Amino acid sequence: MKRRKFDVAAVPAKTAGAVDDRFQVATPLRKLLNKVFPDHWSFLLGEIALFSFVVLLLTGVFLTFFFEPAMTEVVYNGSYAPLRGTPMSAAYASSLDISFDVRGGLIMRQMHHWSALLFMASIVVHMLRVFFTGAFRKPRETNWIIGSLLFWVGFLAGFTGYSLPDDGLSGTGLRIASAIMLSIPVIGSWLTSSIFGGEFPGTIIISRFYIAHVLLIPGLLLALIGVHLGLVFKQKHTQWPGPGRTNENVVGERMFPRYALKQGGFFMVVFGVIALMGGLFQINPIWYFGPYEAWVVSAASQPDWYVMFLDGSTRLMPAWEVHIPIGDGYVIPPLFWPTVVLPGILVGISLAYPFLEARHLKDRKHHNLLQRPRDVPARTAAGAMALAFFVVLTLSGANDVIADKFQISLNAMTWAGRIGLLIAPPVAYYVTYRLCLGLQQHDREVLAHGVETGIIRRLPDGRFVEVHQPLASGDGHAELDYVGWVVPKKMNRLGALGPAIRGFFYPIEKPAEAPVSPGHPPVEPRTEREEIGSGEGRR
Amino acid sequence: MSTHTEHQAPQGRQPLDVLDPRVSRFDIVQEGARRDDIEIVHYEPQVVPGSKAERRMTRTVASFFLLTGLAATAFLIIYIWWPWQWHPGRGGDKYYTPLLGLTLGVALLGIGFGILTWGKKLLPKEVSIQGRHDGPGTAEDRKITGETMLYLAEEMGVRRRPLLGVSLVAGLLPVGAVAAAPLVGGLIKQPHENNQMFTTGFAPADGHKVRLVREDGRPIRPADISAGGQLTVFPGISHGVSNRHADSPTLLIHLRESDAVASREANARVGHEDYMWGNYAAFSKICTHAGCPASLYEQQTNRLLCPCHQSQFLITDNARPVFGPASRRLPQLPIEVDEEGFFVAKSDYTETVGPDFWERP
Repeated sequence: MKRRKFDVAAVPAKTAGAVDDRFQVATPLRKLLNKVFPDHWSFLLGEIALFSFVVLLLTGVFLTFFFEPAMTEVVYNGSYAPLRGTPMSAAYASSLDISFDVRGGLIMRQMHHWSALLFMASIVVHMLRVFFTGAFRKPRETNWIIGSLLFWVGFLAGFTGYSLPDDGLSGTGLRIASAIMLSIPVIGSWLTSSIFGGEFPGTIIISRFYIAHVLLIPGLLLALIGVHLGLVFKQKHTQWPGPGRTNENVVGERMFPRYALKQGGFFMVVFGVIALMGGLFQINPIWYFGPYEAWVVSAASQPDWYVMFLDGSTRLMPAWEVHIPIGDGYVIPPLFWPTVVLPGILVGISLAYPFLEARHLKDRKHHNLLQRPRDVPARTAAGAMALAFFVVLTLSGANDVIADKFQISLNAMTWAGRIGLLIAPPVAYYVTYRLCLGLQQHDREVLAHGVETGIIRRLPDGRFVEVHQPLASGDGHAELDYVGWVVPKKMNRLGALGPAIRGFFYPIEKPAEAPVSPGHPPVEPRTEREEIGSGEGRR
Repeated sequence: MSTHTEHQAPQGRQPLDVLDPRVSRFDIVQEGARRDDIEIVHYEPQVVPGSKAERRMTRTVASFFLLTGLAATAFLIIYIWWPWQWHPGRGGDKYYTPLLGLTLGVALLGIGFGILTWGKKLLPKEVSIQGRHDGPGTAEDRKITGETMLYLAEEMGVRRRPLLGVSLVAGLLPVGAVAAAPLVGGLIKQPHENNQMFTTGFAPADGHKVRLVREDGRPIRPADISAGGQLTVFPGISHGVSNRHADSPTLLIHLRESDAVASREANARVGHEDYMWGNYAAFSKICTHAGCPASLYEQQTNRLLCPCHQSQFLITDNARPVFGPASRRLPQLPIEVDEEGFFVAKSDYTETVGPDFWERP
């Protein structure tokens, strides 16, 4: 019998060949491996959102194994002694069990909550980056819209999620949510009773929120995130202006080997930070809140941070009730404006912004190069205005805690918020606009006159002047054009300082030998730079 | 995109014969990049193979990975053997979750920083430039695609055969409604069933007035509350003290003499003359703003504060909202004392309890 030789070394190649025979992947795979990504720290903010979403999925699946989404009344008999014998919903009891009777359940719960907060936070910060650098402009308007929607879908995911434990705090939140639905004109009461299956709280809302939270909303999030990433991939990432970077190219690193490796490492870092937070920082200690009872509430009832701005707007809203004197009379409660109309306006403005700006500037061009915020003062100032609006509302969402901790009158805090909401945004606009102009001015100044060296020279007639290092070659008076890049403003940016001495505990005296590149001629050692002195040469 | 390969390459470059065995691997990589319109303009190893720097970096990366192994092992040991079940007091179980977080976090950060160091310090630095090719399709391409689509519409001939279009719409619309019907029909619920939005647990059943009871279900005598005191009370019916009657919790307040006089005057102004009993008044605890329990009672000013949105109600003036976003006073429950000396509700609330809505009269 002849035995066929089995060549282990040839297996990968053979397998790869077999796969390509069937799926024709060699060319697309090469394109993928080769794809060039521009690099900047601010491009990683969105990644944090993506990575925390992955952690959310992982920890969330774990939690579903133990959570019971039912409002059936049970008597608690778990390990947490202070609540033993208390009647409560099965949802709350199983959340307590996850915290106390499932080994490692508490860290999973806390990691889930922390990653949700991180998810929303990184979405917001990522959105600010995209806004202030103009990355939403044509051709990326669609992705801006998807991103804005992701915030609101994430908001829903968060709200349905923290309502599930059915504890004292989340039940109060749910009560407010039902009042918000109830406040919608005409359909309010029908909508509320349809969602809650009758009068608040009913017996089914937790089960409905559960399926929304674990299936419908994550499905929607996944779909939106998929399209979002697909579009980034298809349209290629924006890049900062810089040497060799144009509107028609992408300058950076290929996906493999370095970029993908760094992404993988970054994911593990985000995951690790969430694990640290989930273990070390307590969040949402539901066992202190007790089960939800319609007549119990405590002071300092705050929602998660991304809901606080709506809580703030609700607190600041004056008691303006609209009466419609037809028939028995109809009412639009004051709750309607800050919780339904305001978010509606915010969604509308954010979705329409790219088009509004393009229309205003009559801008039909493709933009693949980012703008420095200072170069577009109007947009930057508008962004600062929106941010100020958000911050005032968010602070007002905690105004009772601020009043308590700083011994301020609660009513004074409310009034400060009301007035602040009107005054802070325009002030933010004006200040930001002026700051942008000032920064622009300084950039031009440095380009025209050079970098301040810090060297003071005494002229023969006794005057003192500061020596400037011109950026342009020549006699020092050639003016440079501003091209949207960072202008160096310190001498060590120009390499005026010697290289920093390397080494952690002891200096590494010998500079490393110049490495040899297979694709590039050996790197020339850097030419010695003359230190800029006061005219007498080196000391 | 696949069309932009060879002809986009720098002028005068001969395509590399990648099957030639003499060609180095890097040359093949570079050729592959060129076929994707990528020029590797700078590729610079950061460490020389065999150098001290390389060995140092290798040790750093390795120690990160070893740290991960250590922390992960610690995690497993703690997970299995640390006392984890909750006990009262400051036992070791309070450190279970923090220790898990610490070891898991360090383990994951170890992998993360290990990979990052590997990628950032040991792999060559590079700068590559790729063309974007994000221009629109050529006029020709657009024309072809447009005509193809129009051709399809023409072949369908809806314009020539309008009956098809009309019947299609007429046939499909109901199908769409069918898709929505079970969802809407299943979920929709009449909000005014049993007049539930306008009644509470205090509505007299079968002519019997409902007693006010405490959280544990015991009825209340006037002497149970001292002057200036207050108590949360519930309807003395089955499940009265539960979320099934989330609109019913009521605050029973024993006002001091001077405040009671002011309250009675205020009651008289709105036609609620007999709502109080003696110096006792009962107001709904459910805020008319968003439905939180307005439960912080300030004895000195007779104000009731809702901690959710800080609406404040002045009890001595029919619980009128005096600050914050609430626009409607807290409904007052008419009370009296029955022949056995316990508080009862004379009738149900005469105003709508809870957050406001469109059709509240």
